[in-house]
Amino acid sequence: MIIEGKTGNWELVIGLEVHAQVVSNAKLFSGSSAAFGAEPNTQVSFVDAAFPGMLPVINAFCVEQAIKTGLGIEATINEVSVFDRKNYFYADLPQGYQISQFTRPIVSGGRLVLDLPGGKTREIGVTRLHMEQDAGKSIHDQHPSKSYIDLNRSGVCLMEIVSEPEIRTPEEAGAYLKKLRAILRYLGTCDGNMEEGSMRCDANVSVRRVGTTEFGTRCEIKNVNSIRYVMQAIEYEATRQVELIEDGGTVKQETRLWDVSKGVTRSMRSKEHAHDYRYFPDPDLLPLVLDPKEIARIKAEMPELPDAKKARFVDQYKLTPYDASVLVAEKEQAAFFEEVAKGRKDPKLAANWVIVELFGALNKQGKDVTNSPVSAKALAGLLDLIENDTISGRIAKDVFQIMVETGKDAASIVEEKGLKQVTDTGAIDAAIAKVMAENEAKVAEYRAGKVTLFGWFVGQVMKGTGGKANPAKVNEILKAKLAG
Amino acid sequence: MAGIVELTLAQLRDGLRAKKFSAVEVADAYIGAVEKARDLNAFIVETPDLAREQAKAADARLAKGEGRDLEGVPLGIKDLFCTKGVQTTAASKILKGYVPQYESTVTSNLFGAGATMLGKLNLDEFAMGSANITSHFGNVKNPWKRKDGKDLVPGGSSGGSAAAVAARIVAGATGTDTGGSIRQPASLTGIVGLKPTYGRCSRWGIVAFASSLDQAGPMARDVRDAAILLKAMAGHDPKDSTSVPRPVPDYEKALTGNVKGLRFGIPKEYRIDGMPAEIEKLWQQGIEWLKAAGATPVEISLPHTKYALPTYYIIAPAEASSNLARYDGVRYGLRVPGSSLDEMYENTRAEGFGAEVRRRILIGTYVLSAGYYDAYYLKAQKVRTLIFQDFQKAWEQCDVILTPATPSAAFAIGENQDDPLSMYLQDVFTVPVNLAGLPGLSVPAGLSAEGLPLGLQLIGKPFDEETLLRVGGVVETAANFTARPGA
Repeated sequence: MIIEGKTGNWELVIGLEVHAQVVSNAKLFSGSSAAFGAEPNTQVSFVDAAFPGMLPVINAFCVEQAIKTGLGIEATINEVSVFDRKNYFYADLPQGYQISQFTRPIVSGGRLVLDLPGGKTREIGVTRLHMEQDAGKSIHDQHPSKSYIDLNRSGVCLMEIVSEPEIRTPEEAGAYLKKLRAILRYLGTCDGNMEEGSMRCDANVSVRRVGTTEFGTRCEIKNVNSIRYVMQAIEYEATRQVELIEDGGTVKQETRLWDVSKGVTRSMRSKEHAHDYRYFPDPDLLPLVLDPKEIARIKAEMPELPDAKKARFVDQYKLTPYDASVLVAEKEQAAFFEEVAKGRKDPKLAANWVIVELFGALNKQGKDVTNSPVSAKALAGLLDLIENDTISGRIAKDVFQIMVETGKDAASIVEEKGLKQVTDTGAIDAAIAKVMAENEAKVAEYRAGKVTLFGWFVGQVMKGTGGKANPAKVNEILKAKLAG
Repeated sequence: MAGIVELTLAQLRDGLRAKKFSAVEVADAYIGAVEKARDLNAFIVETPDLAREQAKAADARLAKGEGRDLEGVPLGIKDLFCTKGVQTTAASKILKGYVPQYESTVTSNLFGAGATMLGKLNLDEFAMGSANITSHFGNVKNPWKRKDGKDLVPGGSSGGSAAAVAARIVAGATGTDTGGSIRQPASLTGIVGLKPTYGRCSRWGIVAFASSLDQAGPMARDVRDAAILLKAMAGHDPKDSTSVPRPVPDYEKALTGNVKGLRFGIPKEYRIDGMPAEIEKLWQQGIEWLKAAGATPVEISLPHTKYALPTYYIIAPAEASSNLARYDGVRYGLRVPGSSLDEMYENTRAEGFGAEVRRRILIGTYVLSAGYYDAYYLKAQKVRTLIFQDFQKAWEQCDVILTPATPSAAFAIGENQDDPLSMYLQDVFTVPVNLAGLPGLSVPAGLSAEGLPLGLQLIGKPFDEETLLRVGGVVETAANFTARPGA
């Protein structure tokens, strides 16, 4: 996206920081449950609440999840990484510091391939991924003078994934988040649920004149809890910055919040004191040293990821890159498609049906493939009927509609409603003869050269057979008959 | 039985097993002794009921012949160890009234070996101090008196533990040592104090001061008692990532008295300016004793020794400033209200922490601040590595190192108090050991001109507490330190 300002064209420079909550039964440094949605303060150990003398012990499963994610973004897994303390006081931060990784993260230097409209792709660098603890939650609206603290989330493992400032448009930002989320979900390392806060995104946005290479002053936008809002917030913020600069102002480096209701970003109330986090290595934890054999084992067990799957779909099923990218966006979708396409002569037909008809129907119902009223097997059954000429594609759409509504299988619907395609040439011959007899004038016109009438004749014949005639046969016979 | 409290821990253990007396009798004798010695202010909380209850259980086990290593042995516990159901304060107002619902690993190990608890022992607030004068619960008095009759400090931070062991009102005690907090008070009260190798004892459940330096250890009447206690305290703990998975030897078996052929290092850098002649003399005496026992002195160099104190006083406060952030008035301990969250923090921490703790939090915050981190904290970490390497090189030449434990005998309450730096100098011989993570043992070796105890320090290789104790036993025998406080 280029913003056309009063004084010239501007380009956006965007970097994203994603906090992804690691899928794990237990927290990063304690055995407490990390499940979402429990009663306040029911999943809190003495470690999470920072009682005197309590010590953190690293959860090996969380480490494995971070390694998996790192491998999923084709990054370097650092065999030695270090946990640091980030010191600040807040009521929902029991230790008075967050255990994080500052100078030596577990993962560095990865990449994500964005799938853009028209099947185009663009690669974005991932600077680093590090592990850290989440804080608890402060609740300010339950009591006139008191704040409540819920420590259930305190100590839950997050991965902070930081992109290079290489994203140039809100659409790319959206594509980045979608791709990252897809990879996290494929790997089962984060459920990617932005509404529940298990995936959160901060966007660093600055603008610069097209053709320049220096970075402008950036603002960090926080509190954005959907991909759509991230895109909107970036667009708003970039426009705001361009207008500000062109009106003679300067952008102040600050943190801004996305106001969903007004659709604007606004400056966070300036903090009374600037934070100096006083990072230093946490002396309660030894450096995290990974066994290369363990990394190799995890690598060997990695599932097929979206990019590889997309390439395979293009190659194996001859799909367009765009269709393939749509299908692989969610692991379950891709699996659904493969089940429908399995052993089929025309896998592209399956792709079309899944993407156009099925996704369309699911969208309307607010469902997805995991709770689809039409199973992959049922859809395959319908496509079988098309492929063996039992029904036409047009009839199939009607049958599909009934399948969505009733959950019945295609064959029994076709049977019940008598929708079987007429392939008997005698019946088609008769229908054609009837149409030609009733419309002699039009036959004459056609024969006189108005060949565009052909479609009209096809329509009449189809109408005469209740749509059940095999369109290819109708075409073939009609053409011969009209030719005289 | 008044004689009970005169027995060493080893004698007490053997007497209990031989049923010469019961654990309840032992508990009662000690409870009486504790009550009589209240003037020392060694305890923050006495737990006589608990001690008797534990003693009854111990008697039941002893009767069945199932007595464990410390069955029925009454101990004092430094009030830095969290004890389930018993107030734990770190001698700070900010934790007054705090009763943990969990038991520290070390005390849990001790109770698991059958020990009973007489109470929680006084200390410097958050273990920060070398004279036990920073406790919110008042200073501890050294049972030893100078000729002028002035009350003396017991050293610190484990001052309550040292005074209680020296006064024979506990059979043994736990201490913690971050820069000398076991060895210096042991030296000043004429008892044995052992700081084990970092990682030997679990830190879980011990109120943290400086995590990379803190280590729990025994304070006892003699080397054998220290060995017995260490065996019970030590061991790997999966709840402490820095505790080391190594088997715990039977340290008592190491006390063979045989040091023939052993090489002991004499670090030339420990001959500091202004060291009192009597300390120098004691050190020389120690060398003679070990030579006489068949060991060989080796002059060694620990060239970065002079940087140890400044390094320590950057690293320890840095870690402390972060470790003590949790005392914020939000979840437990003192809360002094304020009109905002920040004000509540300020009020609580200003009132809850004493002056020395506040000073160290400020120093620590400063050295970690943006713009100062590299010059202070990072530099200190590099020097720490150099100090560690000094010792590594020394181990090529010797098996153990002999030094004085402290630069002076016990001083009077009020002395050294106006000037934090002279107080910090108390730890000049002990601090390098913590920075290098090594084991250190303080053994009473003689008396000062004023008739006060003086200790020698032995420094060992990592996890070689056995050699340390063996050599300590030889020094102890040679010194034949029989003087008693108040005698």
